[in-house]
Amino acid sequence: MTETITLTIDGQEVTTEAGKTILEVAREMGKDVPTICYHEATTSNAVCRLCVVEVEGQRVLQPGCIVKAGAGMKVQTRSERVTRSRRTILEMLSSTMDLSEAGDIQSMMYDYGASSSRFPDAQRRESDVKDDNPMYIRDYSKCLLCWRCVQVCAEDAQYTFAINFEGRGFETQIATFFDKPIPETTCVMCGQCVGVCPTGALKPKREFLLESGKSPAEISVMNTGKKQRKPR
Amino acid sequence: MIKSDRVTTTTCPYCGVGCTLQLHVKDDFIYKVTSPFDSPVNHGNLCVKGRFGYDFVYHPKRVTTPLVRRYLLEGKPKPEGREQVFAVSVDGKPIPDSQISNDWDWLETDWDTALNFVADNLTRIYKRDGSDAMAVYCCAKATNEDNYLLQKMYRALFRTNNVDHCTRLCHAGSVVALQQATGSSAMSNTASQVVMNDVFIVTGSNTSENHPIIALQMKEAVQKHGAKMIVIDPRRIDLVDMAEMWLPLKPGTNVPVFTAMAYVIVEENLVNHDFINDRTEGYTEFLSSLETFTPEYAEEISGVPAEDIRKAARLYANAKNAAIYWGMGISQLSHGTASALALINLAFLTGHIGRDGTGLNPLRGQNNVQGASDMGSMPFHYPGYMRVDNPENRAKWEKAWNIEEGGLSLKLGLTTTEILSHAHEGGIRSLYIMGENPMMSEPNLNETRKHMQHLEFLVAQDIFINESGAFADVFLPATPFAEKDGTFSNTDRRVQRVRAAQPPRGQSRPDWQILCDLALRLESRLGLATAHWTYSNPEEILREMASVNSDYAGITYDRIDKVGLIYPVPTLDHPGTPTLFKESFPRGKGKFHQLEYVPVMEEPNDEYPFILTTGRLLEHWHGGTMTRNSALNEIYPEARVEIHPADAEIHGIRNGDPVKVQSRRGEIIVRATVTEKTSVGVVFLPWHFAEAAANLLTNDALDPQAKIPEFKACAVQVFPARENDLPNPEIDVHRGRY
Repeated sequence: MTETITLTIDGQEVTTEAGKTILEVAREMGKDVPTICYHEATTSNAVCRLCVVEVEGQRVLQPGCIVKAGAGMKVQTRSERVTRSRRTILEMLSSTMDLSEAGDIQSMMYDYGASSSRFPDAQRRESDVKDDNPMYIRDYSKCLLCWRCVQVCAEDAQYTFAINFEGRGFETQIATFFDKPIPETTCVMCGQCVGVCPTGALKPKREFLLESGKSPAEISVMNTGKKQRKPR
Repeated sequence: MIKSDRVTTTTCPYCGVGCTLQLHVKDDFIYKVTSPFDSPVNHGNLCVKGRFGYDFVYHPKRVTTPLVRRYLLEGKPKPEGREQVFAVSVDGKPIPDSQISNDWDWLETDWDTALNFVADNLTRIYKRDGSDAMAVYCCAKATNEDNYLLQKMYRALFRTNNVDHCTRLCHAGSVVALQQATGSSAMSNTASQVVMNDVFIVTGSNTSENHPIIALQMKEAVQKHGAKMIVIDPRRIDLVDMAEMWLPLKPGTNVPVFTAMAYVIVEENLVNHDFINDRTEGYTEFLSSLETFTPEYAEEISGVPAEDIRKAARLYANAKNAAIYWGMGISQLSHGTASALALINLAFLTGHIGRDGTGLNPLRGQNNVQGASDMGSMPFHYPGYMRVDNPENRAKWEKAWNIEEGGLSLKLGLTTTEILSHAHEGGIRSLYIMGENPMMSEPNLNETRKHMQHLEFLVAQDIFINESGAFADVFLPATPFAEKDGTFSNTDRRVQRVRAAQPPRGQSRPDWQILCDLALRLESRLGLATAHWTYSNPEEILREMASVNSDYAGITYDRIDKVGLIYPVPTLDHPGTPTLFKESFPRGKGKFHQLEYVPVMEEPNDEYPFILTTGRLLEHWHGGTMTRNSALNEIYPEARVEIHPADAEIHGIRNGDPVKVQSRRGEIIVRATVTEKTSVGVVFLPWHFAEAAANLLTNDALDPQAKIPEFKACAVQVFPARENDLPNPEIDVHRGRY
């Protein structure tokens, strides 16, 4: 027999198996708890803080993706404090990075009335597109550091450990060791990272080429297996 | 941002894992591949080939118009000598090669003309020389439906069992061994059960490169579920990093190492007596054959310390659930069947079979090598592994194919390698190749070339003119996976859907349609009653096969629409069978086999001091027809020979130096990679690269039972060479994480 617990979410009492996170329980109840860094295939790390909820008796908002639902908990998933917090996170993200390909986040901004012009003086995190291999490109102007790519490259899937965080604070970026080009790293180009990227920061090369106006016919003759030359 | 016109869910065309792919298509152009995270086999993970390696579909060298040689089209006599001609210019005009007779030019034509040439010539040869002159290579890359039709065409119309495909070159040893010992011939458990193992052995398989997604599951088993992995392989493969033990055996010494493990298990009484009594036979005889196989004896032969053999045996035997996963390092030897039997003996001794999280698991190479074998693309079996020399089986297929009683041949056919070695006057005169590339995948290619040249008529049905198609008389342009419907059966017997994401390019046609069209033309020329060749869709083909092959009886396209089914699926409401042998083996009791150590055919000597072992790379696929016409070739553009630093120093070879690798049969020039990944005395070559084809060197000695060639060990010498001797001296890209 699995242990069951009873808690209250948004005033509704719910009985569920012990061991689930607040996010899981709330979503099972049909609550709309937004997430960005959370992904069903990766370990949750509460990086983006968008899934925060208010738990009675707790001083700060709790990230629903990692905090386990507990017996007797009283949880608010959309209180004024929660809403303000989410709106601010979205506003800070949109002031500093390119969310043009993050459709989910754009609809969250609409839901929460977040304004991308709230912090007009914010410095934007911009960098050049890294196009260093034939398989995928990295456009870190669109990266919100959700950590998923790092995780699937490590223990969540691939055990390759080709990328990690580099730098501190505002300067933080996802990078290879010593920022080397992808072909010179341990990367096996499996593209698990591309598969979990929520913002289009990581993208298949062919999709990138198509977007930049190349026709299918032009793209097809680009990758004709021509040899790379490298001075010895 | 691109908005896709459609997203097509299908199955990956590369390895036997069978990952689910979603092809994102815009204007009939696949620009992205993803995988759903709830996919049953791969959980959303893919490898570089599956995720990025589909661009060959659009490669300008892909042939999408039927081609015939000038001599045929202009009605001239066939010119002497059969030459390799690759070049067909993009606008369709042949590129003359001054060295080669104009009569060998490829000319574009229409389907009617091409198929009539094929039908006329095959009929002519069959009427003149009979069944024994006809032979066909089916294709482990094509769908179940395609393979079923092609073997049906040769069996029903030409009455021959000279039907085989590349399974002969990869797991024939495992298939024969499993059939002898258990009566089945596939993985006993699913690959995803690896996380249920407490201990597992990986041997003769560089899983990280050849079954990348299964390797992820193996790593997960070790890292997250506390499983202990034992790697038994001559190379220090990637998995060794996470292994509890690595036993680096000399290539071709599987039998002594595994039988010594059996010796230890018996000596220390770690055997599962209940299992042996209830489920097996031949144990007493087996015991008597063990005497010589002490771990010390095995150490002498294999170089693996006796103590490690003991430790590995204890780990495996004492585990609650233990499994063995193996690859071609076991089967591709002149004693490949014996090597696989040695593993089977271990599972019988310990009872690590017939439960979830245990098993005997040969990791099948191609996306549909399991399915092609199931479909009877083999010289000894009809679909469903029904022996062709059994009149009862024959009667069943005669009924299904509307053939007069006694019409089908009871004579066992020739295997892949034998078909070519019989290509001479009075032997095989015509060959039909669907999607295979024997001029890369056969051993001793210099010999193979002569055999190809001795064929009177050769048909290639493919997407590119590869090294073998370049010898053909007629080229029939088929469609790749992205342009056809059907099913693939993956390594763990899961039958999954393949779906067209776009219409066929140019005039190319799905294989099943080409085969039906041709079969009708043949039937009318041969004056035969029809064996039924009018199908409105591939599912009808599968259902015809399943009406006789009970393993597939319960499979319909509807049932496998979302998630595949793991055969045997005997009825329409059967849920599938992930774990085999829970109650019994198909042959009744599992049979122990007594083994003796037979060395590889060609042992090193002073003249050829190294053992060459061959294998595959993550970035490439087999003969390279697909991956060498892909961006994958940019990240791994050249073959390199791996040599151990100690050996390299003696021979004065530095990393990146050009070297000549020479065997008794041929030589190639490649760059050297000096690495401890290989062992002292052993050099490794990948076999994907035509310009430095490893199979020019390999030995065509065959396993007596399975007829599988000894790709994994031959004797070679390595000499320093000059830069200019390299086929492409300008390339020097040392890549490959593994």
